[in-house]
Amino acid sequence: MIHISEIGQIFREEYGRSVAVLVRVLGSIDAAEDAVQDAFTEAVARWPDAGLPPSPAGWIITTARNRAIDRLRREASGREKLAQVAVLRGDEPGDEPEGIEVDTVEDNQLRLIFTCCHPALNRAAQVALTLKLLGGLSTAEIAHAFLVPEPTMGQRLVRAKGKIRDARIPYRVPSGAELPERLKSVLAVVYLVFNEGYAASSGAGLVREDLCREAVRLGRLIMELMPDEPEAKGLLALMLLLNARRAARTTPDGGLVLLADQDRSLWDRDQIAEGQLLVRQCLKRNQPGPYQLQAAINAVHSDAAQPADTDWRQILVLYGQLLAIEPTPVVALNRAVALAEVEGPAAGLAAVDVLELGSYYLFHAVRADLLRRLGRNKEAVAAYRAAQERTNNAAERDFLEGRVRALTTTGRGPAAPTSDDPHGR
Amino acid sequence: MPRYLLSIYQPDGPAPEPEVLNKIMADLDVLNQEMRDAGAWVFTGGLHPASTSTVVRVNDGEVLTTDGPFAEAKEHVGGLWVIEAPDLDVALGWGRKAAQATTLPIEVRPFAGYRE
Repeated sequence: MIHISEIGQIFREEYGRSVAVLVRVLGSIDAAEDAVQDAFTEAVARWPDAGLPPSPAGWIITTARNRAIDRLRREASGREKLAQVAVLRGDEPGDEPEGIEVDTVEDNQLRLIFTCCHPALNRAAQVALTLKLLGGLSTAEIAHAFLVPEPTMGQRLVRAKGKIRDARIPYRVPSGAELPERLKSVLAVVYLVFNEGYAASSGAGLVREDLCREAVRLGRLIMELMPDEPEAKGLLALMLLLNARRAARTTPDGGLVLLADQDRSLWDRDQIAEGQLLVRQCLKRNQPGPYQLQAAINAVHSDAAQPADTDWRQILVLYGQLLAIEPTPVVALNRAVALAEVEGPAAGLAAVDVLELGSYYLFHAVRADLLRRLGRNKEAVAAYRAAQERTNNAAERDFLEGRVRALTTTGRGPAAPTSDDPHGR
Repeated sequence: MPRYLLSIYQPDGPAPEPEVLNKIMADLDVLNQEMRDAGAWVFTGGLHPASTSTVVRVNDGEVLTTDGPFAEAKEHVGGLWVIEAPDLDVALGWGRKAAQATTLPIEVRPFAGYRE
């Protein structure tokens, strides 16, 4: 017998697909969500006795559409709505229910992704909508993940859906010339969800697994829906390669473990294999972009059985390419770390010191590490302190505190880590 | 057809040099014609500077008239269009052309009550 929690699981998995189709049919996000909710209520009443239908996804969409018709009938106040009911039922000849037969579910999922990530919505709203409508997360879950009160997140979602409705943000996959910019926005939203899960910007837990899992799922969906977009592939590869190290990244009590200090036997070989396969496919296409290059850098790390085996020259070359496409100080900082591995800490420090990143905690953490390796311990302690003041993540603060203690109690630092990222990526 | 307001946000202060202004006016003529040809144009107009504004309020039946614009800011609405567009992407397309022609930021805002 099927349990209610299993029904909930199925609905969560099918939520995005069902809502995507129903938005197309009903022309309204709220109506689509209500209809899927109604179908869920009916499933809870029916499935435990009747058993699982042969195609749960098809059942949910059909039932939700029928419940939407019921709702419209109940609420029908004029000819317009009754006409809409007729269209939904396919009553009139030639009035096939729009959406389901004509378009595939995938077409509608892609439309929903681009609507949720429309540039007329602010980033926070894009992220919240994407998790709600495509991920099937509840408002409470999204609020918890981003550490905002539930009413605040509820307001954010209501406002965003209101803007889609009133400003008429279209339910459409952008065409040719628009597509590259719009896709960038979609990929940025997915990566932001991943990063929020991977390196929570504040709070006690360093990793929030559910957000990482959801971001990987969305990344996979987008790659499958847009197989000709190498950056979509690059993003999925990047997330898989980072996610593969999750178990090795933290100590049992939540502390941070640097890449160089990680127990590499804990790395998830399946995710690494899939990520590396995707990176090789990207290399073959030879249309590099920021996500593909970051994935390639992480693929090089994943290749090394031991930190000492890391091909830093290759990483330095890749960071050079990334810097050419994305000339930001943060990329330059990462390149400087690779430079320090190839040419020594003095060269790395010289490249770091010219960057204007004083408000960024990793800038200070990297400087501190290089100063420590150069034996300039007093300056290193000051830089670790500067880094500490600039992060709210408890695990990162504890890690930096440990570094300071090691320098001040023994007079000399611990063994030099060969990490390109004090985040422990 | 849905309608959108396109507001031009203009910094307070002197108008641009004549040669700059002439180019802008010529570009605006082209844009207005393009909007008319596409059936999008409803209305357009430029405004005198915000310093010529007057705000009128009624509190408990008492009329209060104050000199100057409602909001103190460095930029004010300097002109506007009302256009018809099937959705926001089309309206933003006109907004982009308006921003290019005026060289100023354009706020695109939907009218209520013009949904179908």
